[in-house]
Amino acid sequence: MAAPETSTAAVPSLYTNNALRNAFGGVLSFFILLLIGVMAFSIRLFSVIKYESVIHEFDPYFNYRVTQFLAKNGIYEFWNWFDDRTWYPLGRVIGGTVYPGLTLTAGTIWWLLNSLNIPLSVETVCVFTAPIFSALASWATFLLTKEVKGTGAGLTAAALLAMVPSYISRSVAGSYDNEAVAIFALIFTFYLYIKTLNTGSLFYATLNSIAYFYMVCSWGGYTFIINLIPMHVLLCIVTGRFSSRLYIAYAPLVVLGTLLAALVPVVGFNAVMTSEHFASFLVFIILHVVAFVYYIKGILSPKMFKVAVTLVVSVGLAVCCAVIAVLIALVASSPTKGWSGRSLSLLDPTYASKYIPIIASVSEHQPPTWPSYFMDINVLAFLVPAGIVACFSPLSDSSSFVVLYIATSVYFSGVMVRLMLVFAPAACITSGIALSQSFDVFTRSIKFQLPGISSNTEVDAAETSSATAEAQNDAVKTEKSEETSKNRPSKKSKKKEKEEKPSTKAKAEKRLIALPLDSSVISLLLLILLGAFYVVHCVWAAAEAYSAPSIVLTSHSHDGLHVFDDFREAYAWLRHNTDVDDKVASWWDYGYQTTAMANRTVIVDNNTWNNTHIATVGTAMSSPEKAAWEIFHSLDVKYVLVVFGGLVGYPSDDINKFLWMVRIGGGVFPHIKEPDYLRDGQYRIDSQATPTMLNCLMYKLSYYRFVETDGKGFDRVRQTEIGKKYFKLTHFEEVFTTHHWMVRIYKLKPPKNRIRGKTKKSKSKTSSASSRAKRSGMGKKNPWH
Amino acid sequence: MEGSRFYFFVFAIAILASPALSDLVLSKVDRRIYLTSHIVRISSTLKVENAGPETASEVLLAFPEQQAKNMAYLMATPHEGKGKVKKPVVALPVEVANPKDMPPALTFYSVSLPKGLAEGDSFTFDVLAVFTHALRPIPEQITQADIQLVLYQDSAYYLSPYAVKAQSLTVKLPDSRIESYTKLENTKIHGSEIKYGPYENLPAFSYSPIAVHFESNQPFAVAQELVREIEISHWGNVQVTEHYKLIHGGAQSKGEFSRLDFQARPNVRGASAFRYLVANLPPRAHSIYYRDEIGNISTSHLRGDSKKTELLIEPRYPMFGGWRTAFTIGYGLPLQDFLYESEGKRFLNITYSSPMVELVIDTLIVKVVLPEGSSDISVAAPFPVEQWQETKISHLDIDGRPVVVLKKTNVVPEHNQYFQVYYRFSKLSMLREPLMLISGIFFFFVACIVYMRADISISKSSASYLAKQQWEEAQAVIQQVQNIISRCLATHDKLEASLRDLYRTGDIQACKAARKAADGLLKELSKELKPLLTTLQSSPSAAQVLPKVEELVTKERELQEKVMVKHSTVVDGYEKKSGARDIENRVALQQQKLTALRQEVEDLLEFIDEI
Repeated sequence: MAAPETSTAAVPSLYTNNALRNAFGGVLSFFILLLIGVMAFSIRLFSVIKYESVIHEFDPYFNYRVTQFLAKNGIYEFWNWFDDRTWYPLGRVIGGTVYPGLTLTAGTIWWLLNSLNIPLSVETVCVFTAPIFSALASWATFLLTKEVKGTGAGLTAAALLAMVPSYISRSVAGSYDNEAVAIFALIFTFYLYIKTLNTGSLFYATLNSIAYFYMVCSWGGYTFIINLIPMHVLLCIVTGRFSSRLYIAYAPLVVLGTLLAALVPVVGFNAVMTSEHFASFLVFIILHVVAFVYYIKGILSPKMFKVAVTLVVSVGLAVCCAVIAVLIALVASSPTKGWSGRSLSLLDPTYASKYIPIIASVSEHQPPTWPSYFMDINVLAFLVPAGIVACFSPLSDSSSFVVLYIATSVYFSGVMVRLMLVFAPAACITSGIALSQSFDVFTRSIKFQLPGISSNTEVDAAETSSATAEAQNDAVKTEKSEETSKNRPSKKSKKKEKEEKPSTKAKAEKRLIALPLDSSVISLLLLILLGAFYVVHCVWAAAEAYSAPSIVLTSHSHDGLHVFDDFREAYAWLRHNTDVDDKVASWWDYGYQTTAMANRTVIVDNNTWNNTHIATVGTAMSSPEKAAWEIFHSLDVKYVLVVFGGLVGYPSDDINKFLWMVRIGGGVFPHIKEPDYLRDGQYRIDSQATPTMLNCLMYKLSYYRFVETDGKGFDRVRQTEIGKKYFKLTHFEEVFTTHHWMVRIYKLKPPKNRIRGKTKKSKSKTSSASSRAKRSGMGKKNPWH
Repeated sequence: MEGSRFYFFVFAIAILASPALSDLVLSKVDRRIYLTSHIVRISSTLKVENAGPETASEVLLAFPEQQAKNMAYLMATPHEGKGKVKKPVVALPVEVANPKDMPPALTFYSVSLPKGLAEGDSFTFDVLAVFTHALRPIPEQITQADIQLVLYQDSAYYLSPYAVKAQSLTVKLPDSRIESYTKLENTKIHGSEIKYGPYENLPAFSYSPIAVHFESNQPFAVAQELVREIEISHWGNVQVTEHYKLIHGGAQSKGEFSRLDFQARPNVRGASAFRYLVANLPPRAHSIYYRDEIGNISTSHLRGDSKKTELLIEPRYPMFGGWRTAFTIGYGLPLQDFLYESEGKRFLNITYSSPMVELVIDTLIVKVVLPEGSSDISVAAPFPVEQWQETKISHLDIDGRPVVVLKKTNVVPEHNQYFQVYYRFSKLSMLREPLMLISGIFFFFVACIVYMRADISISKSSASYLAKQQWEEAQAVIQQVQNIISRCLATHDKLEASLRDLYRTGDIQACKAARKAADGLLKELSKELKPLLTTLQSSPSAAQVLPKVEELVTKERELQEKVMVKHSTVVDGYEKKSGARDIENRVALQQQKLTALRQEVEDLLEFIDEI
C-alpha cells in the first residue's frame, strides 16, 4: 500500500476548494455536453454536404410523405387517413398502422417553427430530425451513465454514443426513420427507470411511463424495454435486492405504460394480448407477491410468518398452476403462439428463413457478420468486457441493469443486424464506464506519483529507489489491492451508490488501486490512441460509409465525379408524364419511393403487411409475359417499373432480388417453383439459364434490347453475357428508360390490339385457350409444366 | 378546317369592306417572318404616305383574329436608315383601336405618329409583332424517330386597311428542309428563305393565304406557368426564385421511348426532343440552385463572365413532345446592382420576365417581396400587367412583408424589360429582426438567471422545509468531520510510510521528523474537530447520526494513540539497534489491533457516508 498512502497528502488541500471545483466541474461538463451535442449533430451532416439535403432510402420516404400529410391536413385527418394510393386495390389505413412518434415529432417541430414565422419546409425539418435527436440521445446517455457510474463515465459514454457508427448509419441527416427518434426514447426511458430506481421518486416513475409511451409511439422495438425492465426487476428480486424503490420504479411503469401504450392505434389491445407483453405482467404479479411477503414479514412474528408461508404457498401454487394452464392454453391456441413473426425470429433465428421469406428477404433482418461488428461499434467491442467488469465492482441495482442490457442486446444484435442499433447504446455505456474508470485509475496513479503535485518528498525517494524494490513493491501492492477489493463487497452490505458523493467513493478506491508511473503513462497513451482510432473510424464511417442517400449514387472515375441520379429521373418522369391515377407495379422495395416521389398509386410497398399481394406481384414478375400481363391487367396496372443495374454495375437491382420474388410468389402460388429458375441449384442468367428464367417477365423487362448496347449483352453485375439476347415484347412496351438504364418503365399494351393480333397467332401456332380463368390458365400455358 | 373557314371569312371581308379608311396609302411594305424558333416574329417596315387632304396622326395596323389571339408583343419604332448611328430608339405608342365600319374579325392597333402627316408627307416605321403558339405541328403525334414538322399560315399580302403600293414578304425558316409551301406568282426559294413578291398596287384588305410546312426541331419550350419571386433584403441581397412548369409544346410523342436509340443516335432518334435550356442570368449572380420537389437536379452547368452569367440546365429527362416537367431555379443578386434611391424613395429596377432563352410563358406571375415595413408602394411597368398586393410572412416577421404581384399572360423574351417598384423604407426597420433575436435570447438568459437564483419552494416556514434546511446544515458539518477524519487517517498512513522507509533506509532522523510533523498536524485537526462536534450536538436533526459520529471520533482517537505507540516502539527498537525480527514481534500485536481499528473506522466512515 505504498503509493496510495504517500499520495493522500494531496487530498486535504483539495477539499478546501471543493465547492469551487464542483462549480467549475459543473460548468465544464455542461460545455462538454453542449459540444458533444454539437458534434453528434454535425457529424451527421456529411450527407448534406457531400450530397444534398434530401430524404434517404426507402422507409424515410414513407415517413416523409406521412409527415407532409400531417402538416397539410392536421392530426385528426392523419388518424383517419385511409391511403388509397398504395396497396391498390386494398389501400392501407395509415393512421392505424404506423408508429406515429416520428411523424408527430417532426410535425410538431414544423408547426412550432412555422408558428414562430420560420418558414422551413417539411422536407428540411424531416432531414434534420435525426441529427437533432441523436444529440438528444447522447445527452440521455450522459444522464443514464451518470446515474450508473458518475459524471465522468457519463460524459465519456455520451461522447462515444454521439459518434458510434451503428447509430450514425440510421440517423444521418435525411435518414428520417423511426429508429432516429426511438433510440433517444429508449435511452431516456432507461434513464428514467434507473433514476426512479435510485431515488424512489414517483415523479420520475410517471415521467418514465410517459417516456415509455413516447417509445411505443416511435418504434416497434419498445417490446425490448417492456421485456428488459421486467427481467431486471426479476433479477433484483432473485438476488434479494427488493426495495420500495424497485416497486415504485416498476409498478407505475407497467400500469401507466400499458394504458398509454394501448392508446397508440398500432399497438392497441396488443399491449395486453400478445406474448411480447406477458413477461411484464408476470413480473408485475411476482413483484406484488414479494412486496406482500415483505409486508407480512414485517407485521408477523417469525413463527407466525412460517405458518403463513406454508399456507399461502400451498394455496397460491394451486391457483398459479390453474392460471398458467389457462394462459398456456390460450397462447397455444394461436398458431404463432401469440408472437409476431419478427419477434419469433428473434427467439429462434432460423424461424424467418423457414417460414416467412418476406422477413428473411430483407437484408437488415439477416444476422450480422463479425466485420460488421467491427464496422459498427469498432473499438467498443474490446472495451465492452472491461466495462462489464467495472459494472461488477461494485454491483449496484443500476449497474446490474447495464449488465443485463448489454447481455440481452448482444444476443439480439447477433440475430438481426438491424438490432445492432439497440446494442450500440449499451456498448457505448459500458465502454464509457470502462474508459472513464481506467482513465481515473491511470491519471490518479500519475498524479500521486508526480513530484510536482504531491508536495511530499518521499515520493522522490520512492522513485529513486532500485528497480527491483519497486517491482516487489508493486507486487505487494497489487496483491493487497486485490485482496481488499475482493473483501470489500463481502464485508460491506452496500446497497447502492449515491452518486451525490462520488468523491468519497472515489477516495475509498484511491486507497486501493495505483499503478506505477511509467506503465500508467503508457496505458494512458494507448487508451488515447484507441480513442483516437475510434474517432477516426467514426468520422470515416460517417463521411464515406453511411452518408450516401442511396437514391443518388456517385462514382469516382478518372474524369471526376459521376452522378447516377436515375431513380429520381424515373420518378420525376412518372410524376409529370403519366396520369395521376395510373397504377405502377414494381417490386415492393420501390413502393414507398414511388408513392412519395412520383405520387402514383402502387400495388405493393415496403410495408409488407399483405403477403398474398406481394406474392401476386412476385408471381407476375416470374411468369412469362402473357400470364404476367393478365395478372397486372387484373390489378389495373398501367406501368411496370424494374430496376436494372446491368449496364452500369449497380448490384442491388431486381435481377439480384429476383429469387426472393420467386420464393415469395411460390409460397402462395405453388405453380411458381424455385427449382425451375435454377440450373443445378445455381442462379444464373447466362446461356446456361433455364428457359423458365429466360422467359420470365423480369428477365425480359430487364434485358429488353440490352444486347444492342454493346453487341454482346454483357451484364456488369453478374459479369456474364446474358442468355437470351434478341427478343421482342408482345404485351409491354418500353415507355421510359433512365440515362444509365437503372430504371426501366414499361407500359402494358392495351388489350384490344393484343386480342386481334394474338388470336390469329394462337390459331396458327399454339392451341392454348385464352378464354380460361386466369390462374388455371396460367398453369396450363406454361410449357414447362 | 378551321383555317380554311377563316380564309373564306377574310375573303368575304376583303370583298365587302369599304375601300379605304382614310386617305393614307402604304407606299412600301417589307415584311420578314422569322420562323427560326417556335416564337414567330414578324418584322415589317411600313412607309406611309398621306394622299388625302387631312392631316393624319395615326396609322392603323390590322391583324386577323387568329393572329391577334396569339400575339404576345407589338412594338412600332421609327425606321432608321442603314448606316446611321444608332440612337436610343423611342417606341411609338401603340393602342388597341376600334374604328367604326370595320369587319369584326380583325383586330386593329393604332400607331400614333410622332407628328401629324400633312398631305404628301411620308413616314417610315418598323413594326415588330411576336406571336406564340402560331406554329401548328402536323402530324400532331410523332414517334421518337420522326422529325417534327410544323405548319405556318399567313397571308402573302400585307393585310391592311390601306391600299398598298409595293410590298414583299420574306419567310425565314430554321433550315432548308421544307415539306411544302404555297406557290404563288413571284415565289422564290433561297436556301432557308422563301420570298413572296414584290406585289404592287393591291387594294385594302387584300389577302392571299399561304401555308408553309417545314421541319423545325427547335426546342418548343413552353412554360405553362412561371412564378418569379423577387425578394429584397436590405442586408445586401436580391433573391430570385423561379418556379417553372414546363411542357414541350411541339408534336406529341407517341409509342415507345427507347433510351438505346436516343443514346446511340440522338440527332436522328430524338431530334424533336430538347435536352437543355439556357438561362442568361445577370452578372454577379451567386448561390445559384436548380432543383425540383424531389431534390437537387445535378445536370447543370454554369459559366460566368462580367457581362452575364450563363446557366445551362438540363431537365431530369429529355423533353419529348407533350412531356412535362417542373423545376425551380434560384439565385441571389447583389443589391446595389438593382436597388436605387431617388427623391427619398427607393426603387427596384429589374427585368420582368424569365432569363431563359426563347421560352414562351403562358402565365407569368412576378411577385416582388419588399422588406417588412415598406410603405407607399407603386409600380412602373413598360406594358400593361394585372397587379395586386399580398402579404408574405417569412423569417421572424410580425406583420408580414408587402408583396407586389404582377401577372401577365403570353410572355415572350421581348418582354424581358426593366420595370420599377417604388417604395419607402426606413433604414431603422432593418434592425428590427436582429434586435428581436437579441432581446429574445437576452430574456431567455434573464429567465434562466431568475430561475436559478429565486427560491421557488412553496412555503418557507413549513416544518419540513426547516427540517430539510437543518439537515443540510448538519450534513455539511458531518462532511467536514469526515474530511478531518480522513485527513487524520492520511497522516497515519504517512507515519506508516515513514516506518517503512525506516525499515528500508534505517534513517531514524527522517522518521522522527515525520513523527513531529504528524503530531503537529493531528493536534491542529483535533482542534478543528471540537467546534464541529459541539455544533453537531446542538443540532436536533443530527441526533440520529450523532452517536455514530462520536463513536467515529473516539475510535479515531484510539487509532491515533495506537499508531503513536507503534511508531515509538519501532523507533525505539531501531535506536536500541535491536533486530528487525524482534521489533516485528513486538509490533505484531499492536499491528493486529491497528488493522482492526482502522477497519472499524473505515466502516464507520462508510456508514456515515451513506446517510
